[in-house]
Amino acid sequence: MFPTPIEKTPRSWQLTYQSMLPLALIMWLLPLIAVAVFSIKPAEDFTQGNYWGLPSSFEMFNNYGQVFFNSDMPRYMFNSVLITVPTVIGAVALSCLAGFALGIYKFKSNIWIFFMFVAGNFVPFQILMVPVRDLTLDMGLYNTKTGLVLFHVAFQTGFCTLFMRNFIRALPYELIEAARVEGIAEWKIFWYVVIPLMKPAIAALSVLIFTFIWNDYFWAVVLTQGPESQPVTAGITSFNAQFRAAYHLMSAGSIVAALPPVLMFFLMQKHFIAGLTLGAVK
Amino acid sequence: MTTAQSTPAPAASERSWYKRNEIAITPWLFLAPAILFFAFYVIWPIYQSISISFYAWDGLGEARYVGMANYVELMDDGAFEVSLWNNLKWLLFYLLAIPGGLFIALFLNQTVTGIRIYKSLFFFPFVLSQVVVGLVFSWFYLPNEGLLNGILALVGLGPVNVLGDPTWATYGIIAAGLWPQTAYCMILYLTGLNAVDPEQIEAGRLDNAKGWKMLWYIIIPQLKPATFIAFVVTIIGALRSFDLISIMTNGGPFGQTRVLSFYMFEKALSEYGFRMGYGAAIAVVLFLIMLVFIAYFLWSMWKEEQVR
Repeated sequence: MFPTPIEKTPRSWQLTYQSMLPLALIMWLLPLIAVAVFSIKPAEDFTQGNYWGLPSSFEMFNNYGQVFFNSDMPRYMFNSVLITVPTVIGAVALSCLAGFALGIYKFKSNIWIFFMFVAGNFVPFQILMVPVRDLTLDMGLYNTKTGLVLFHVAFQTGFCTLFMRNFIRALPYELIEAARVEGIAEWKIFWYVVIPLMKPAIAALSVLIFTFIWNDYFWAVVLTQGPESQPVTAGITSFNAQFRAAYHLMSAGSIVAALPPVLMFFLMQKHFIAGLTLGAVK
Repeated sequence: MTTAQSTPAPAASERSWYKRNEIAITPWLFLAPAILFFAFYVIWPIYQSISISFYAWDGLGEARYVGMANYVELMDDGAFEVSLWNNLKWLLFYLLAIPGGLFIALFLNQTVTGIRIYKSLFFFPFVLSQVVVGLVFSWFYLPNEGLLNGILALVGLGPVNVLGDPTWATYGIIAAGLWPQTAYCMILYLTGLNAVDPEQIEAGRLDNAKGWKMLWYIIIPQLKPATFIAFVVTIIGALRSFDLISIMTNGGPFGQTRVLSFYMFEKALSEYGFRMGYGAAIAVVLFLIMLVFIAYFLWSMWKEEQVR
């Protein structure tokens, strides 16, 4: 193991390391801790200049109550759910199919189609912006959740196919050959042989795509406006305009907006990290 | 024997056309939905953007062909030049996430109690949306209420208004972007460090390789796959920077924090008027810059494929 395991070092360094850990963590998360403290302070603390001291009273329930019951925040959150969940299902389904085709079959254009998905996935959003906005307008889907979902599914399919294809490539090919010898139809091989083996990949991708889409801001601004369809990332700017300079409420609002992917990460940590680091080791 | 004639004819002729070509057709059936979606929403729009960049168009009326005029105009557009320089700054300084991530990964690659929680808490900024990161940092930088100036005051340094200062604002935003990006690189390296071959480390120790030498000659070469992915995601992230700028400064002060992706959006879709053709031309420039990196990534992947 590198660096030298702490157990094999002098006692003094062990103690230094143990005390450095929490200090380093606090420094790393300092901007976030400040916001968390902001979010439980009363409004008076800001007018009286008590910015970084302890809260003069504990207003967590008041502040978060305002966010939940006195603003459009719950609506934005609900929109985010309605955009994120269908996108995850759509993109994962499409890429399971495409990944199977590219991972199992050998045909001439295989690598080129694969590279098309990979390259498309790296393209800057701005080159798609004008035509996609136009397309969405033409289909009458501007400012609808459906319009956003359709685009997200298409774009995420690039990354998901890359992921699924590499995962399927790593499966033992003998399994598929054995099934073919048995005379099993190709779609049955996909459904009964490959899909059950892909469960970890499906879990990892779902968590990743959930986070990516929940956190998307650019497309939300380009394709939607107003509380009836905007997700929470775009909604938070109008929320902040509503509570201009009310730092205690704005902080509480951003913490609420950030919460779902954070929960997802802590609950599904293993899958999340497996998804992000696929290919980081060979 | 009459019965012989009633035995099934050779299988091939009786199997349906689909059955005979199953292996050749199936992949295309499986690929069709993904290719259709992708071509419709990603590939075709790229072509459309390139052609729109030769037109003057306000998004509603008739588009007028202007040839290279949009690109000629870009040449002496001061705001475009600022954006291009800022993109370069982003590319350069964003790469600090890679050594930064390696440093934190080395710091955390131990087995003390509670280390798993430390690792996930160090990683956790990456899960936040860039919008929230932008808000958190713009409050952190606030001239009066911000914690940064509170800390600076403790050591006797005057208040700085990071985001209000044309020279420092871009660096302030890049610093905010580095926070989640470093966390991402850290997790890549932690996974990579797990897979480092312990025998090589032992061999190195016997040869008296220590500290920096061990890191440079034995560890880093083995982390190559992690470094490659860290490089890819950091470059893409740097060129995609939009959310942070839009949230933290909205391009200001005096347009000094614009980058191409933001300037394009501003030109095509903002209160300053809808110049779709001009915006598309900016997007094409950004696309060409990205294409250099995309080509390099694909080439590396292609070499990998050949080895297998």
